[in-house]
Amino acid sequence: MPHLLPDVLPPLTLANALAALVIVSLTLYVLFGGADFGGGVWDWLASGPRRRQQRTLITDAIGPIWEANHVWLILVVVLLFTGFPRAYAAVSVVLHIPLTLMLVGIVLRGSAFTFRTYDTRRASAGRRWGRPFAMASVVTPVLLGMCVGAIASGEVGRPVTGRSFADAYLWSWLSPFTVACGLLSLSVFAYLAALYLWVEAKGPGLRADFRQRAAWSAAAVFATGATALATAWYDAPKIIAGLVSSRWAIALHVATGACALTAIWTLWRGRPARLGRIAGAAQVVGMLFGWYASMYPYVIPDTLTIEASAAPDVTLRLVLGACAVGTVVLLPSLWYLLRIFKGAGSAFERLEKATGEYEAVRTSIAELP
Amino acid sequence: MAMSLAFHIVFAVIGIAMPVLMILAERRWLRTGDPVALELAKRWAKGTAVLFAVGAVSGTVLSFELGLLWPGFMEWAGPIIGMPFSLEGFAFFTEAIFLGIYLYGWDRISRRAHLWSGVAVAVSGAVSGIFVVIANAWMNAPTGFRVVDGQAVDIDPLAAMATPAAFSQTLHMTLAAYAATGLAAAGVHAWFLLRGKDRTFHTVALRIALMVGIPAALVQPVSGHLSAQFVARHQPAKLAAMEAHWETQPHAPLRIGGWPDEARETTRWSIELPGMLSFLAFDRTDAVVTGLRDIPRDERPPVAVTHVAFQVMVALGTMMAAVSVWALVTVLRRRELVRERWLLRALVVMTPAGFIAVEAGWVTTEVGRQPWIIHGVMKTADAVTPMPGLAVPFALFTALYVLLAIVTTIILGRQMLVVPKTPTTTRPVPTPPATLPVAAD
Repeated sequence: MPHLLPDVLPPLTLANALAALVIVSLTLYVLFGGADFGGGVWDWLASGPRRRQQRTLITDAIGPIWEANHVWLILVVVLLFTGFPRAYAAVSVVLHIPLTLMLVGIVLRGSAFTFRTYDTRRASAGRRWGRPFAMASVVTPVLLGMCVGAIASGEVGRPVTGRSFADAYLWSWLSPFTVACGLLSLSVFAYLAALYLWVEAKGPGLRADFRQRAAWSAAAVFATGATALATAWYDAPKIIAGLVSSRWAIALHVATGACALTAIWTLWRGRPARLGRIAGAAQVVGMLFGWYASMYPYVIPDTLTIEASAAPDVTLRLVLGACAVGTVVLLPSLWYLLRIFKGAGSAFERLEKATGEYEAVRTSIAELP
Repeated sequence: MAMSLAFHIVFAVIGIAMPVLMILAERRWLRTGDPVALELAKRWAKGTAVLFAVGAVSGTVLSFELGLLWPGFMEWAGPIIGMPFSLEGFAFFTEAIFLGIYLYGWDRISRRAHLWSGVAVAVSGAVSGIFVVIANAWMNAPTGFRVVDGQAVDIDPLAAMATPAAFSQTLHMTLAAYAATGLAAAGVHAWFLLRGKDRTFHTVALRIALMVGIPAALVQPVSGHLSAQFVARHQPAKLAAMEAHWETQPHAPLRIGGWPDEARETTRWSIELPGMLSFLAFDRTDAVVTGLRDIPRDERPPVAVTHVAFQVMVALGTMMAAVSVWALVTVLRRRELVRERWLLRALVVMTPAGFIAVEAGWVTTEVGRQPWIIHGVMKTADAVTPMPGLAVPFALFTALYVLLAIVTTIILGRQMLVVPKTPTTTRPVPTPPATLPVAAD
C-alpha cells in the first residue's frame, strides 16, 4: 500500500498542526484530569468495610498532581482562542449556560478538595468538604460531555439571532444525544480512575475493590457508549456518517475494541493490572480519536472547518513555536513529577522501604535483652 | 468578569509572591539549620497551597469567561493577543507541576532539589503573571495590526506583545504583588507578636516578610510614576479621569482628593498643587495636559470612579512606602522588632492595604479605559455576548466567590493558629542506643 499515508492522514497545514496539538491536549486532559474527576466519583461511591482506605487512597493519588493535570484544559482553551478564534467565539456564545455550570463545578471540586486537605480540623473537614468535592466531581464530567456532544451534533453552528432564548441557549445543548455523551464521559472518567487506582492500591482487599469498580465502570462505558451511538442516529447523523467514513476509521475502531477487550480480560483474570491500565487508557484514546476523525475537517460540523476558523498563519506559526518551546520545559517537568509520585521504584518507594527496614532493625534492637 | 477578576487578582498576587517567602524561609533553614525556619517554610507552603488552588480554579473561570462574556473581543483579538495567553498556559503548567512537587515532596527528593522546585514555582508564577498583564497592556495600547474595514490585517503577535504599555504595567503589577503580599504577611505576624505569641517564630517570619515587602514598596512609587507618564502620552482621557482634570491647560494642577461633578464638569473639594500635574506627567510645569472637556462625551470614562480609585491606590501606596521606610530604619539600626510596638501596630494596620491598592489600581486602569475594551479600536458594548440575562451568571459567581473568600480566610486562620509552642523537625532524629549491640548482624 504505497499511498496509504496520503490517504488517511490530513495534509500537514499550520492549522491542522495546531488542531492536532489541541486534540493531544484534550486527550491528555481526559486521561489525567478526567481520572482525577473519576477519583471524586469513587470517593462519592466509597462503600464496604474499606470505605475509609478507599478515600485515603484516592486523596493520596490525586493530591500532588491534580493541579498540573487540570492545566491541560486551560491549554486547550488558550490554544483554541488563539488559533481558532471564530470557533471559540461560536462555542462560548451558544454553550454559555453549560460551560458556566461546568466552571462552577471545576471551582467547587478544586476548592473543596484543597479545603479538605488543609483544614486543620480533619475529622469534621472530611465530612464537610467530602460531599461538595464528590458531587462536583460527578456533575462536572457530565456537563463537559454534554458540551462536547453539543459541538459534535453541529447545533453550535446555528446563528443565535432571531431564535427564542430557550431554542438558542437551551435546546442547542439539551438533547438525548448530549445527555448520553455526558453520561459517557462520566463513565469514562470513572473507568480510568478505577483502573489507575487498581494499580496504585496497596493490599489485596483494596486492590479487589478497585478491580471490581473498574469492571463495573467498563460495563457503564459500553452501555452509555451504545446509547450515545443510538441517539446519534437522530441527533448527530454526521457523526455516524463520519465514524464509518473510511477504512482508516474502521481500523481505528477495531484497535479500540481490541484494547477494550484486553482491559476486560485483565480485569477478569485479576492481573496484570499495569497492562489493564495501559489497555484501558488506549481504549479511551481510541474512542476520542474516533470522534475527532468523524469531525474532520470540521471544528463545528457543517459550519466551520479547521481552515476557515483558523487565525492568520503568522499567529499559528508563532503559537506552534511557543508550544515547541513550552513542551521542552513541560515534558521533563511532567516526567519528573510523575516519576516522584507515580513511578515504580520511585524515590518515595525506596524511602518507604528503607524506613520499613530501619523500623524493623530498631524494633529488634529494642527487643534485645 | 469584573467580579471574577477582582477575586482572582488577589489570589494571583499572593500566588506570585508567597512562594518567594516560602523559599526564603527554606533557604534560611538550609543555611542555619534553624528548625523555626523550616516550620515557617512549611506553614507558608500550606498557605500557598490553599491560595494557589483557589487561584487556579478561579483563573480557569477567567480563561473561559473571556469567550463566554466577550466573544466579540476574543474573535477579533484572539489571533493578535492569544500569544501571551498561550505562553502563560505553559508558565502556569510549570508552576502547578513544581508546586505539586514542593508541597508533597518534602521527604521524597533531596533538599537541594526541593528548594529548586520552590524557585521554579516562584519564577514561573511571576512569569505567568507578566504574560497576563502584557495582554492587558495591549488593550491599553494596542499594537501589532492595522484595521481595514473593521477587520484586523497585517497581524504581528510579537509586535502586539511588545506594546509600549507592557514594560511599565508589568513592572508595576509585579512589584505590587511583592509589596502587597510581603507587607500583608508582615502585618499578620506583627499581630501575633503584639499578642505575645511565640516570639521567635513570628520574629523570623516578620523579618523574611519585610525582606520581600520593603524593597518592593519602596520602588513602587517610581514604577507608578513611569506608568502615569505612559498613560499621559497614550491615554489622555484616562489620565484626565484619574486626575479629575477638566480644562486643557499648561501649568495643570495636581488634585488631591475631591469629588468630580460630571454634570457641571468641575471637581470640588480638592487640594490643588499648581503645575504639579504638568510636571509629573511631562516633566515640565508648562506642559499642556488635555482636560476631559476636550474629549467627546461618549469617549469619556466614568470620572468619579476612576478618580477615587486612583486616589485610593496612590494614598495606600504612599502609606505603604512610608511604613517601609520606618521598618527599614528600625531594622538597620538593629532594633529588636518585637519591642517596636508602634511599628508593629502600623504594620498590622497596613495588612490589607496592598490588596486594596491592587484592586483600586485595577479599577483605575480598567474603568479608566472605558468605553473602550481595546483602546481606540473596539468598544466594550460591541464585544459583549448576545446572550440575555447576564445578571444571573454574575450573581452566581459573586455568591460563589464570597463563599470561597470566607472559607479560605477561615482555613488560613486556623492554619495560623495552630503554631506549635516548640517547633519540631519533620523526622524524629534517632538517638543511637548507648551501647551498640554487636550481635545485631
